[in-house]
Amino acid sequence: MTQSVSLLGATTSARDSTRSSARTSAPPTTDQPKMRAEALKAYFGATEVLKGVTLPVASHTVTAIIGPSGCGKSTFIRCLNRMHEVVAGARVAGKVLLDHQDIYAPDVDPVRVRRRVGMVFQKPNPFPTMTIRENVLSGLVLNGLRPKDPGELVERALRQVALWDEVKDVLNRSGTSLSGGQQQRLCIARSLALEPEVLLMDEPCSALDPIATARVEELIHELRERYTIVIVTHNMQQAARVADFTAFFYLGELVEHDRTDVIFTRPSEKKTEDYITGRFG
Amino acid sequence: MSTLQKHTDREYEAELEKLKEQVLFMGARTEELLTQAMRAFAERDADGARLTMRIDRQVDQLELDIDQLCLKILARRQPVASDLRFITTTMKLVTDLERIGDLGVNVCERVIELSAEPPLPATQSVTRIAEAALGMLHDALDAFVAGNTELAEEVIERDGQVDAYYAQLFPELLQLMMKDAGSVFRATRLQSIAKYLERIADHATNVAEMVVFMVRGKDVRHAFALSRTDD
Repeated sequence: MTQSVSLLGATTSARDSTRSSARTSAPPTTDQPKMRAEALKAYFGATEVLKGVTLPVASHTVTAIIGPSGCGKSTFIRCLNRMHEVVAGARVAGKVLLDHQDIYAPDVDPVRVRRRVGMVFQKPNPFPTMTIRENVLSGLVLNGLRPKDPGELVERALRQVALWDEVKDVLNRSGTSLSGGQQQRLCIARSLALEPEVLLMDEPCSALDPIATARVEELIHELRERYTIVIVTHNMQQAARVADFTAFFYLGELVEHDRTDVIFTRPSEKKTEDYITGRFG
Repeated sequence: MSTLQKHTDREYEAELEKLKEQVLFMGARTEELLTQAMRAFAERDADGARLTMRIDRQVDQLELDIDQLCLKILARRQPVASDLRFITTTMKLVTDLERIGDLGVNVCERVIELSAEPPLPATQSVTRIAEAALGMLHDALDAFVAGNTELAEEVIERDGQVDAYYAQLFPELLQLMMKDAGSVFRATRLQSIAKYLERIADHATNVAEMVVFMVRGKDVRHAFALSRTDD
């Protein structure tokens, strides 16, 4: 298990990579949340885009955030690693707890939060002037960190995203020489190289073909053993396939949050029912 | 179910509507088969029974058509929530309707055999079972159309009444056979018809249970089975 580490000063926790991969058949619960948003509000200027969302994110599970465009789902996950506030005029109210510590407490360093809570974006965005190897290490370099054994770290990160065998002989090629699906896996490897505890994914497959999508989804299944994942997706079948929990957002509010199988077979809220069955608007 | 809006995709909406219509048509044909079979039974009409048996071919064809439409919708639309429950319920429901059709054919076969024989006094007791079983099927299908779980639950409860009627018939037939050995052929045919009707009530119960699942997303099958055992 991940060690609980202070957000204030300690270095990134050492992770026990031997965590048991056995998953029981019992349904997942949110009894032990890794993160928890509490009455979270987000604003762009005077516009309130999140209207007091309370949502636990269970440890070592995948939580999918679904909802129509403009419902606040991307804003929500950007609040989970303090990325929202980097936009001019954007601000946040409420709490986001990471291992019971509020990441918005005044003495918390947002850079440290982002190392523990990594993010993968919609469009694969490897640094174009960097090689594959440099891309994997870029997060560490930008954080002023020097890994003891960079070669070992690059291999480990690329193996975790099942890209090592495909690129091990071309590590010095540009990251942008890879296919779209490979580039996205490279970006995931870049996030994993920082050994985050939570991985936020903002529509990570929307620019990928079905085969590349299937590979990323398979990867999400594997990563769940070691990381806590929150994924924003427009593709409801994807949410149904990869997520343990699904949260439906509408107009900045959390309408419903439950086990994915419950959401897609017998949701409690009519709004959820209408949205997932395609009866909206 | 009825409070849901229409799908944004009109073609999808039309496919689901068509599926519902086909299930209703299959239900109506099944009811017609049973009604005609029992009319032939009451009137000792062998020709009528033979004609009635032909309805089953239409019921069988509808089962194939509905299954195919369900598969098409599953493959193309990946339905979820109430739509998923509607499709999966329909796929199971048509199997019950098809079996009911087969049992109706069995009734007709026995009617043909009995029509050449003198009547037995136990006919009324069989008719009583038929009325109860057919009423259950009719209400189960109405519950399906309206998404009416109260009616569906009432149907489930009524299965016990049919079982009781069936249990009462057996000693009646036994007595007839003990009194007159010449009635054994007819009494065993009546016994078979009663058994087919009792099975039809069981299938109607299945349909009603599926309606509850379709509307509420709650599987009531085991709960009711347990309460019946407890009684």
